[in-house]
Amino acid sequence: MTVNPSGWRPTTPANEAGEAQTVTGNRALMLEEPLIFEIGSTEQTGVDFATIPQRGSNLGGLERSRPIGLPGLSEPEMVRHYTRLSRQNYAIDLGLFPLGSCTMKHNPRLNEKVARMPGFADVHPLQPQETVQGALQVINELAFWLLDLTGMYGVAMSPKAGAHGELCGLLCIRAALEARGDKRAVVLVPESAHGTNPATAAFAGYSVENIPANAAGRVDLEALKARLGPDVAAVMITNPNTCGLFEPDMKAISDAVHAAGAFVYCDGANFNAIVGKVRPGDLGIDAMHINLHKTFSTPHGGGGPGSGPVVLSEALAPYGPLPFAAKYPDGSFKIVEEETAGEEHPGAFGRMVAFHGQMGMFTRALAYILSHGADGLKQVAEDAVLNANYILRSLADVLDAPFAASGPCMHEAIFSDKGFGAGLSTIDLAKALIDEGFHPMTMYFPLVVHGAMLVEPTETESKAALDQFILAMRSIAARAKAGDQSLKAAPIHAPRRRLDETLAARKPVLVYRDPEPAQAAE
Amino acid sequence: MRYLPLSVANRSDMLRVVGASSIDELFRDVPEELRLRGPIEGLPLHASELAVERHMTALSRRNMVAGEVPFFLGCGAYRHHVPASVDHIIQRGEFLTSYTPYQPEIAQGTLQLLFEFQTQVARLFGCEVANASMYDGSTSMWEAISMAHRITRRDKSVISSGVHPHYVRVAETMAKFTEDRLDTALPELSAATDAERLIASIDGETSAVVVQYPDILGRITDLAPIAEAAHAAGALLIAVVTEPVALGLIKSPGEMGADIVVGEGQSIGVGLQFGGPYVGLFACREKHVRQMPGRLAGETVDAEGNRGFVLTLSTREQHIRREKATSNICTSSVLCAMAFTAHLTLLGEKGLRQLASLNHARACEVAERLAAIPGVELVNDAFFNEFTLKLPVEARPAVHAMVAKGVLGGVSLGRLYPGVDALQNGLVVAVTETVTDADIDAFEAALKEAVR
Repeated sequence: MTVNPSGWRPTTPANEAGEAQTVTGNRALMLEEPLIFEIGSTEQTGVDFATIPQRGSNLGGLERSRPIGLPGLSEPEMVRHYTRLSRQNYAIDLGLFPLGSCTMKHNPRLNEKVARMPGFADVHPLQPQETVQGALQVINELAFWLLDLTGMYGVAMSPKAGAHGELCGLLCIRAALEARGDKRAVVLVPESAHGTNPATAAFAGYSVENIPANAAGRVDLEALKARLGPDVAAVMITNPNTCGLFEPDMKAISDAVHAAGAFVYCDGANFNAIVGKVRPGDLGIDAMHINLHKTFSTPHGGGGPGSGPVVLSEALAPYGPLPFAAKYPDGSFKIVEEETAGEEHPGAFGRMVAFHGQMGMFTRALAYILSHGADGLKQVAEDAVLNANYILRSLADVLDAPFAASGPCMHEAIFSDKGFGAGLSTIDLAKALIDEGFHPMTMYFPLVVHGAMLVEPTETESKAALDQFILAMRSIAARAKAGDQSLKAAPIHAPRRRLDETLAARKPVLVYRDPEPAQAAE
Repeated sequence: MRYLPLSVANRSDMLRVVGASSIDELFRDVPEELRLRGPIEGLPLHASELAVERHMTALSRRNMVAGEVPFFLGCGAYRHHVPASVDHIIQRGEFLTSYTPYQPEIAQGTLQLLFEFQTQVARLFGCEVANASMYDGSTSMWEAISMAHRITRRDKSVISSGVHPHYVRVAETMAKFTEDRLDTALPELSAATDAERLIASIDGETSAVVVQYPDILGRITDLAPIAEAAHAAGALLIAVVTEPVALGLIKSPGEMGADIVVGEGQSIGVGLQFGGPYVGLFACREKHVRQMPGRLAGETVDAEGNRGFVLTLSTREQHIRREKATSNICTSSVLCAMAFTAHLTLLGEKGLRQLASLNHARACEVAERLAAIPGVELVNDAFFNEFTLKLPVEARPAVHAMVAKGVLGGVSLGRLYPGVDALQNGLVVAVTETVTDADIDAFEAALKEAVR
């Protein structure tokens, strides 16, 4: 038998209480990380360069003389810094991310690989057209799918995100109205709409009026009809709406709007619920943006980039923006921009962005669509709706579900804070959900439900994941109803406790300031 | 189907809990006559990962890849080497698959990174504050014009002829609807910029003067006299930077008096990607921050007094202010901002200066060689890594002729300004650190032949 001289022994857990505080502030895998301005140096760099040839300069006397103040890190330090920061984030890769109307579904890694193929990632937007035929074909194939899935007539691919797509749609509407010499001033938006809808209408030069919802959470058709008139340019509808309900009167709404000479804009944020099940074109919609970063799984990246192609009806398609990719009878692709627009697309209202839109998102979305196919996309909607209804019915006995009695929901389930103990609100439930290992749902939106909690599980959650979430929600809901004030302390296990947002807004600190050098002693 | 976890058994168990006899029952609010019966006809069915990868690879191969040929294009998108570690960081699932940081307790990674991004952008541009990114440079420029309108309560902007024509088109498109007045002009193939025209155009109704630096022809000019003239008339100076690497070597617009500095951040950390996604940079004076569009990360403390970061000043934004918001922007370009920040952190000030010096030295070398071709003239006096040549022939056919030789030899002004006769012989050439000696030889030979 050999002797172990090192003193090593297998560990046996002891029961003594440990120190709660550590000298570093770290707690094992929960690591604190300073700012680069506190750890880097302007003399450090993590990039090696070829020798710079010595020669005169041509800078017109504009050489920079003052330091910039940009700290650098070596590669190992940079990778560690941002890896440590990344671990303070929740993400769909870590668990269910039930933000209603945000459609946080799994982001397939094939899409990341495809987007990085050199023929897509390393191509300049102003390369001659004969050198980018494959890129134009991607745009064209994706456009073809989007048109078939929505039953629409034309598509503008260049908008950079959902709100940018809304703007594109409204500008098409404005151009169409002006083309017939009809200047209208008002856009109608339901109370339950996303904030981007009224903001976009204002950005496009319209005044905004609300239309009320009825008790069943739908657009009040009679109130809408009563308000329609020669001053109304468009009605912006979200369908399925932000209460997670399909607007059963959609066709009647569209017909009434059209009869009044106005157009129907549909916010397509919730298209995931109906893709492959019903086509917006069949509902009388004139324009709808599609968030590729929602329905078509391109990653949300902590707040973008998104991509918001807009599908258009026959009435609006002639006014879509430049540039766009077109397929010619010989099978080749061309970019239609200002130069040939006079012949090929004379009604274009203008240009929304410098180049062709979010190519890196087009490749990902196309890979996603081809992976699912027509059958898979239909299954996406069905599973997304089934998952949401499963959550709705599994929680309806412990949380107030204001529209549960009126039937099934679509892709998201909505609850209110009715019945919570004194002093407790939706935010307390949400923050407690963080301690249980979940990202909270969308809170206090839509505005038509008090203390709204909008839960969208998406189709990429397993039943086991949903059951875990339901278990956590039932427990927290019971605590909230019992008036458990300890919820106000949540979260207690996250990298940070509740943050002081009031202080941040009152005394904004938006950039790092180097500490003042210490005063020399007199 | 590989992205859908529910089994057939799961679905029937769950339908039972829901109290529905079939999935169709859940879609009962959708009028029956409008419901699609089966998969949409004429569209392909689901495909394996291998099959999809094959299809996309075939499409990818139908493009000429910038990195595989002599490549000299710029005009708002620049090819720089992006270190492998930058892409590794943005592919971390915790960054890639996270949402806008609405729940700060579990989004400190994104928020701290955005705070670093804002600080880097502000310092690079010579401004006091910066936001957490916009869609791209062109939309940022319109947002800046619109912000200046709110600040000055005036609606006329004077736009330099050196601003990227696509950016001008975006502004003109929006101005048509908001009824802002834009004073624009076409550039001339000369070394002098239109600074004098701008200064002469400023009057008591001017909200902002908009200048690109370096400009579309690669020219650089001192912005201080323009800033002075604008300020004297109560107007703001908006500077647009499409190649931020330049600021490693030349003065920042902020230090020359610009009030709002916007830009395209693509050239640091983000690849060419056929035009997007890119990342809009937006910086300004602190006193104007409440008129700024877009998200802002700010420093604060948590319940235990620990430093933390949150999204702040959201009363400017659409989800709170609705039609009274400063902009309708929601999703911006955070992942590209992360790539920008990771790359700039790797470079640091020292690396950025080296990168900028290398670009400038290479560009000077190429300009000298190409201007020596008989009939070819260098338009610029001053430039950073991009300059304009006046060819003895129209530049568009020359560009196509070079493509036939396997060379991507610059952007013809004919592409950017179709129908403007005076600009048809202009060729804009960008030279970065990625260009090799062999690339320069090939470009020189191809251009010689194309202009013969």
